[in-house]
Amino acid sequence: VDYQHVQVPFEITLWIMLASLAKIGFHLYNKLPSVVPESCLLIFVGLIMGGIIYGLNDKSPPVMDSDIFFLYLLPPIVLDAGYFMPSRPFFENIGTILLYAVVGTIWNVFGIGFSLYGICQVKAFQLQDVSLLHNLLFGSLIAAVDPVAVLAVFEEIHVNEKLHILVFGESLLNDAVTVVLYKLFRSFCEMPTIKTLDIFAGVGKFFVVGLGGVLVGLIFGMTAAFTTRFTKDIRVIEPLFVFLYSYLSYLTAEMFHLSGIVAIIACAMGMKRYVEANISLKSHTTVKYFMKMWSSVSDTLIFIFLGVSTIGENHEWNWPYICFTVIFCLIWRALGVLVLTFFVNRFHVNTITGKDQFIIAYGGLRGAICFSLVFLLPDFHRKKLFIAATTVVILFTVFIQGMTIRPLVDLLAVKRKRESAPTVGEQIHIRFLDHLLAGIEDISGHWGQYYWKDKLEYFNSKYLQKILLREYDQPKSSIVLLYEKLERKHAIELAEAGQLGHAPSHPSLLCRGFLCSNNDKTVIMDKTLEDTLNSDVLENIQEILARNLYRIRRT
Amino acid sequence: LSREDFQRIPELAINPLGDRIINAFFPEGEDQVNFRGFMRTLAHFRPIEDNEKNKDQNGPEPLNSRSNKLHFAFRLYDLDKDDKISRDELLQVLRMMVGVNISDEQLGSIADRTIQEADQDGDSAISFAEFVKVLEKVDVEQKMSIRFLH
Repeated sequence: VDYQHVQVPFEITLWIMLASLAKIGFHLYNKLPSVVPESCLLIFVGLIMGGIIYGLNDKSPPVMDSDIFFLYLLPPIVLDAGYFMPSRPFFENIGTILLYAVVGTIWNVFGIGFSLYGICQVKAFQLQDVSLLHNLLFGSLIAAVDPVAVLAVFEEIHVNEKLHILVFGESLLNDAVTVVLYKLFRSFCEMPTIKTLDIFAGVGKFFVVGLGGVLVGLIFGMTAAFTTRFTKDIRVIEPLFVFLYSYLSYLTAEMFHLSGIVAIIACAMGMKRYVEANISLKSHTTVKYFMKMWSSVSDTLIFIFLGVSTIGENHEWNWPYICFTVIFCLIWRALGVLVLTFFVNRFHVNTITGKDQFIIAYGGLRGAICFSLVFLLPDFHRKKLFIAATTVVILFTVFIQGMTIRPLVDLLAVKRKRESAPTVGEQIHIRFLDHLLAGIEDISGHWGQYYWKDKLEYFNSKYLQKILLREYDQPKSSIVLLYEKLERKHAIELAEAGQLGHAPSHPSLLCRGFLCSNNDKTVIMDKTLEDTLNSDVLENIQEILARNLYRIRRT
Repeated sequence: LSREDFQRIPELAINPLGDRIINAFFPEGEDQVNFRGFMRTLAHFRPIEDNEKNKDQNGPEPLNSRSNKLHFAFRLYDLDKDDKISRDELLQVLRMMVGVNISDEQLGSIADRTIQEADQDGDSAISFAEFVKVLEKVDVEQKMSIRFLH
């Protein structure tokens, strides 16, 4: 038995297997996922596992290594989020999102840091030795809203698109602020004296980190789009490029101490448009499902490790400090949201209602990023206190806030996502209104969002598309793409219905045969759909399908 | 203001709907618009404020209500002013927005599908009520609002 040889991959695979089996288990009980969000259940499983390991070995179970988290577990989730981010609502609300992410996070950090310092001054709690700097450092890592946790919870409660994008966008973009503040305070801890110059350097660093991250991401995104222009003959490795370039952008940004999350999001959003036009349909499906799978696995693993790492001797339970941390987190977030929304509503047409504000404040979940950051802290004698406080805050937000947010959403009757099939007519009219608004803005001299969007489109069509798209003389407008997608779906449905009527003798073989021939025939349908889809062509498709189906049945 | 003044705005020249927007400012048959008329047209785009909804329900509807905003957009489609968007009018708009790379046949089928989705009284054209229905899920009040002079 040569266990040493395979130990590392074996254990990793076992953990992933455990995570996936746990997920299957939850969904077997139909009622459970609707009451308790998946993330809670996963943490619970992790807690049990941690307890078992602790009981068996009588020492602390392996704590999730911060490197593993930041380098392997986090990127897939952020990539998935960035790639499938609906860009229209995101850019419409980008001002608000940035305001919440940047100003809101700074507000939270300083608020929590200073109030905790105030608590430390109270002699009764025996916390005199926790300095202001330490408190600010702690504040900087606990204040950030976590994208993983937010995604896990908000995925199951379908709130309206704008609210979703606000909370989600904020959780993704506040990484830049968190990185800067955390590193800043940490280096301050090690410096003997702090000059004002250092503080200004910190502020400047924030811009460098944020904008640098975006720049790195965009460079890699454009390179990826450019590469896919030439992959016509090697379709099989096309999906690989998407993943490689995104991961590279993340790693490069981290290497230069820029914000990796912002980089990977910029990369994904930048390249999406061009890559989707260049790669084949099958590659597109592959990319989509691989991304979803990886991010799902990462997500599950993170929560389980959170649970496992909670058990153990890493904690110092100073209850007053911990309780006040939780309370201050809630208070400062609520205050921050209120104040910022007040300003936002003054300047924007899109008003954010009181109910939405409540959900934004309540949905500020902390998660694994805080946890990893606290383990990365340099060892000083109060580190265990911080670890304990972070753990409690995370568990509190994920369990209590995560579980109660769904009933609250129902109770407050927050506007939910409208479930409706997209229609070509709607797309046309929306596009029409875009142009109309751009024109009106030109006339009135007002540089609003339509003006910039128009300028970007113009720049895009004149320069970028020529370089980055393969068949650059035929870029398809989104109206046409949507139309083709809908017609394709319609044709498949029609052909299916027509086909099942033709050969009733082997229904199971028919279905399986039809399904596998379906994927290959979509390529043919692509070409036939270039002409108009009237009934003649439809019959054509049915003939093709019938012929091929017969061939498969014969073999 | 005359039409040439509008056409001198550079971005408007490259906007596919530029000419139609300009025409919307000028009332029937006239070639000049004064400040009042200019303001009236732009007033359609004022954001809807909550306190206005509670004011007199019996008075004339303000210019920036949802229905009037939609009516303004409808009039830009409907060039011959027969209160219907016919297939040809839709084709013209589509051609302007989609560009030159799509064949006429495909454009025609897109137009057909649009009319088919929206048409409820079977007249192969989109009336104002049908237009409103297509856009009922779109947040028109917020889309068609510009905060001037704040």
